[in-house]
Amino acid sequence: MTEQPAANDAFFQYLLRLGDDRLVLGHRLSEWCGHGPILEEDIALANTALDLIGQANLLLKLSGEIEGQGRSADALAYFRDGIDYRNLQMVELPKGDFAFTIVRQFLFSSFALLQMDALTKSSHPELAGIAAKAVKETKYHVRHSGQWVITLGDGTAESHDRAQRALDDLWRYTGEFFLSDDVERTVASEGVGLDPSTLEPAWRQQVEDVVRRATLMLPSSTYMQRGGRTGRHTEHLGHLLTEMQIVARSHPGAEW
Amino acid sequence: MSQPTTPAVDHPVDSQWPLWEVFVQPPNGEPHEHVGSVHAVNAEHALQNARDVYTRRGEGVNIWVVPTASITASTPEDMGPFFDPGNDKPYRHPQFYKVPQGVRV
Repeated sequence: MTEQPAANDAFFQYLLRLGDDRLVLGHRLSEWCGHGPILEEDIALANTALDLIGQANLLLKLSGEIEGQGRSADALAYFRDGIDYRNLQMVELPKGDFAFTIVRQFLFSSFALLQMDALTKSSHPELAGIAAKAVKETKYHVRHSGQWVITLGDGTAESHDRAQRALDDLWRYTGEFFLSDDVERTVASEGVGLDPSTLEPAWRQQVEDVVRRATLMLPSSTYMQRGGRTGRHTEHLGHLLTEMQIVARSHPGAEW
Repeated sequence: MSQPTTPAVDHPVDSQWPLWEVFVQPPNGEPHEHVGSVHAVNAEHALQNARDVYTRRGEGVNIWVVPTASITASTPEDMGPFFDPGNDKPYRHPQFYKVPQGVRV
């Protein structure tokens, strides 16, 4: 296959974005391991974390192959600095309380399901295959987190307040889901990727439905954060990467 | 001894959530089998917890969850009257009967 260098680089960047979202959120979820509110939920959060890290592994491996510089998934995960990470700012925010983790998971997974569902039609067979696997897993993430949003929102006064606060705090990070730049436009025109701005109406409808059933209020503010896709991150990503990368960087070449 | 008004902080408190018994049907279509129990706030939550705890490695194709409180169980005291009488009634077992001549086994 002879692709133009620019298109190839856009596809590499695009796969990094997909992979980094899942790697960073998977790591944040893994911080709950041993700290879940109850044994069953501890297992559920760790399962979701493993699903996301598994998806990240496949996506970063493919992005390394597309780049063609011999970088493996591990090299991309452990030997890039924050400025080279391409994840959404939402996924790097600290895990917060259980309500924050759950509301974030619901907002992100609802988006990820639409995104991966569309990517099953990618003209790149390997990405289409990864997306098909991710759809199955993400459907469950939406079901689990959505059910929890309703339980918390329509629960006690405290669980309602915490869920509402989480929704208010997270809302300004949702705009970044749907931004598109040259990278997305290029992969969309090549048929390998998609322009995420097309997903916003369906996402909003799903979120509104669950928020209403949870007796929560959708925030009215329209200010949106941006920057993660071009390497501008919150202060939290550096701390996360320090912890995630320390073993691989202290013992280069180690296998475990 | 007077009742303490607040629980000691270093004693983890068990979940207030109700207990559910989990039954999983194996992929080969055999009947549902009891595999364990989970805590959950409602039936959907119990299904999800059961899925996460018991069926992550392809163990099943269907799950039943039943509130533990809904199960009526025999007690250890029932051991005698419930289960013993069979032992002195050998005619309840197929081995009691001789296979008639001419029947191929």
